[in-house]
Amino acid sequence: MSWTFLFRRLLLAVPTLFGVAVVVFVLLRVVPGDPIAMLIGPGATDADIAELRRLYGLDESIAVQFLYYLRDLAAGDFGTSISMRQDVMELVLGRLPVTIELCLVAMAMAIALGGTMALAGAYWRGRAGEATVDGAAGFILAIPDFLWALLFILFVVVFALDGLPISGRIGHDVGFRGATGFLLIESLARLRFDAFGSVLLHTVLPAAALALPLAAIVARVLKTSINEAMTQDYILMARVKGFSRARIVCREALRNALVPTVTLTGVQFTFLVGGTVLVEKIFSYPGIGNMAIDAVINRDLPLIQGLVLTFAVLFIAINLLVDMSYALLNPRMRHG
Amino acid sequence: MTGAPPRDRPILSVRDLHLAIAGRGRHTPILRGASLDIAPSEVHGLVGESGAGKTMIGKAVLGIQPSPARISGGSVLFEGRDVTHLSERERRALMGRGMGLIPQDPMTSLNPAHRIGAQIADVLRLHLGMDRPAAGARALELLNEVHVRAPERVLRQYPHEISGGMRQRVLIAIAFACRPRLIVADEPTTALDVTVQRQVLALIKRMQAQEGASILFVTHDLGVVAKICDRVTVLHGGRVLETGETRRIVEAPEHDYTRALIAATPRHDRPGDLLRPVPEALTARLNAEALAYDAAHGSHG
Repeated sequence: MSWTFLFRRLLLAVPTLFGVAVVVFVLLRVVPGDPIAMLIGPGATDADIAELRRLYGLDESIAVQFLYYLRDLAAGDFGTSISMRQDVMELVLGRLPVTIELCLVAMAMAIALGGTMALAGAYWRGRAGEATVDGAAGFILAIPDFLWALLFILFVVVFALDGLPISGRIGHDVGFRGATGFLLIESLARLRFDAFGSVLLHTVLPAAALALPLAAIVARVLKTSINEAMTQDYILMARVKGFSRARIVCREALRNALVPTVTLTGVQFTFLVGGTVLVEKIFSYPGIGNMAIDAVINRDLPLIQGLVLTFAVLFIAINLLVDMSYALLNPRMRHG
Repeated sequence: MTGAPPRDRPILSVRDLHLAIAGRGRHTPILRGASLDIAPSEVHGLVGESGAGKTMIGKAVLGIQPSPARISGGSVLFEGRDVTHLSERERRALMGRGMGLIPQDPMTSLNPAHRIGAQIADVLRLHLGMDRPAAGARALELLNEVHVRAPERVLRQYPHEISGGMRQRVLIAIAFACRPRLIVADEPTTALDVTVQRQVLALIKRMQAQEGASILFVTHDLGVVAKICDRVTVLHGGRVLETGETRRIVEAPEHDYTRALIAATPRHDRPGDLLRPVPEALTARLNAEALAYDAAHGSHG
């Protein structure tokens, strides 16, 4: 991995983002729904409406609107939210850390659960253990993330699990207001373990709902590639060396099985990020996914545009990180 | 079977070994009562064409035969102890200091994800209880002994960074690392080009002489056998056709098949000779004998 590689990838991101901006802009203006209609009160006159249209630049043709939009984007101005009357960039950046932390917790849960399942399945190859792992992965995968979210809420309500919050991000009684929005990291850094515990507890269920389908995919792909690695000659050598099966699976096979899994996990992680839109809404979790739903309901065009671009940047960043991780995992790619 | 019996009590004694591959109701015999003895410090060639079962004998000795293969009769005595029905834990304890392997394909037998040094050191740490620095130092010594160029650098390199010949030297270093009493060499020069073959063969011979290990040398190449082996066993269809001192086998073979194998092997001393493939009539006769053997013995197990 070299700096030229990184630079080229970053350069390639520019046309991608431009494409996303064009598609979202055109799409939002083609579909029915009027942001002004959501904004005005019942007694507004035609003159009021025309005035508001002019204020938000909606009286121009789509092409002209788009040129204005591009000009503002180039200056780093994402526009003003129609429903919240605030700068879009500020709104999004305020909520983005929430979603990033949620996704990272979900990712960690997915890797831990999926990895354990894969190792167990590969260790008990061809026996009841592998069949159990396959069955569990199939079952988990059959239920989408938002349904898991609803099921969790159902469980909490039915079994009166009062310790597990199903709404919000931090307890109201915890007097902690972070300066950054990364509440988990910040509370830990400031040794506010009460706040850390509260945020973590609020994050467990939405993160688990997002993590489960990804965990099942990780379990399947990783187990298959470990099993495939286990047929290689160097595994036979490891057996002749006298290593235990646990050591052979974890030390000899796992490392070689990681590359295909990381590729797929990276792609699937983008689906996990997409899943935050519904799951955050279900748990009233104050991230950008939740915000996106409200923005769509209010036809808040500038905010939707800003959010979609933010998701696009996230996806591009994830893919870049995945590509960079190859070089770390596969020594054969380090001198390319 | 002919030939003088081994001088000392054999370190490895394969007795009437039967092995078959079972699958989907079919039962394919691979070894039909194969026997051979290897004395301490003996290099014993196991010769035959592909499908003769020679590699399977080597794997059965190490206890790493593929799972559909079942040993249905006979025994493999390593230092007097039957190793055919060991538990996995007992088998692992025997590896390293008891037995080692020089594999056929050096390109695929080293783990691509680990450094060369770590792959030599791990056996030293497991079987000799060395700590990390001691194992590292010993790994460097071993690389020196197998004449790897720039051993300090190779220790830190990954398998893909060194040539096939160098990788086979590393695998030889691993095989000898814990001073095993027996090494199975499974066609160790087949995957290498001719000039490298000769060097690797000389290296195996030198390491063997230095360490005093016995070697079960599996090969299809009688030319290689003549260079390195004290005694030879000729295998066909999982049956031993002939066994004896290498010189006697090469110069005065008793079995037609051995004669045919010799005629099919290029000879440095008579480069003008035409090579003759093994006659089909002979192969057909041997196959018929193998089937008759199956009929007479029934299916084992």
